[in-house]
Amino acid sequence: MAHIQLPIAPELGREFPGILGPMTFRPETAAPLNELVNVLLRGESTLSRGERELIATHVSWRNDCLFCQSIHGALAAAQLGHDEALVQKVKTDWADANISPKLKALLNIAGKVQLGGKHVTAEDIAAARDLGATDLEIHDTVLIAAVFCLCNRYVDGLGTWAPQDPGIYRERAAKVVEHGYTAVTETAIASMQD
Amino acid sequence: MPHITLPEGLPGITGPFAFRPETAKPMRALAEFLLRGPNTLSSADREIIATYTSSQNDCHFCQTSHGAAAAHHLGGPSELAGNFALIADIKRDFESAPISAKLKTLLNIAGHVQQGGKRVTTEDIARARKEGATDTEIHDTVLIAAAFCMYNRYVDGLATSAPRELEAYIPMGARMAHEGYVTPPVQSPAPHPDAVTV
Repeated sequence: MAHIQLPIAPELGREFPGILGPMTFRPETAAPLNELVNVLLRGESTLSRGERELIATHVSWRNDCLFCQSIHGALAAAQLGHDEALVQKVKTDWADANISPKLKALLNIAGKVQLGGKHVTAEDIAAARDLGATDLEIHDTVLIAAVFCLCNRYVDGLGTWAPQDPGIYRERAAKVVEHGYTAVTETAIASMQD
Repeated sequence: MPHITLPEGLPGITGPFAFRPETAKPMRALAEFLLRGPNTLSSADREIIATYTSSQNDCHFCQTSHGAAAAHHLGGPSELAGNFALIADIKRDFESAPISAKLKTLLNIAGHVQQGGKRVTTEDIARARKEGATDTEIHDTVLIAAAFCMYNRYVDGLATSAPRELEAYIPMGARMAHEGYVTPPVQSPAPHPDAVTV
């Protein structure tokens, strides 16, 4: 049970899973959070949407947040040819995964951000730059990692529940891929008012 | 020196905000609502939660600027010195600081969120409830602490520059407290002569 009384999803007869619980509880903070995640993970970028979801997934795995690593892992897979084995590899052992050297350098930076901002060294940045990472890509990597240090704490700090069935995450990921983060939250809020 | 090339003369988070306005907009809006929006917790209490979390994350810019904002919310110019001393006491040991029992229970929750979401226990929540904390106040405490785990990492993960000494943060804190987070300063502040990477 969550630490606070969250809205009940009519179709589930219980709270909305994961971050949707607190987002339906407090739409005023859900709006800027969704806008931020939409820009970072779905907005225009020289990093693909799948690559950015991999960064979010790896950070959420490092923070041991089941809901976030599952939904963002499903979102990464959905945008990377449904390669769920690759997503699993990037969570636990990106150094050995079949991804570009540049993405590895960015995942290294993201992992340092997860530990704390001061863990990122000039060498980490130089390594990413040598592999072609731009200032904007480095900026967005740091901010994606920082944002998931927020989201993971928000989800687990309120004691929300996470579905165990991978199928639920695949279904929900398909909706986010099609409609974006904001629309999925707004649909959940609207379902409470039906 | 920051890890990426940021617009010059902008301390702390305002550098990356100017670098990437698309992400700055929702980040500013989130801070504005959480710290200055309508709430049964005072802005001073919310800034204290932000300050304490930032000090636990060892983020000089955030703990000093939000500490200054809290000091300004707590009183006028004649009370500033005492308010800054209170903020320092809270950062050092909030349990023995002269603040409400309820705020202590919320700072306890914030400190656990800083360590990781799963560190928050049902006992932490029960203790806050016993002192009168509502669900919304508990929600907002968790989210303020989580949000500063983001802002702190953004500021330090890019190695932004910021003035070291407290004096530079007094006008900044006044702007944050009284004008808020949504509108950036009209003029870019001149770089402080002692600006260092902290």
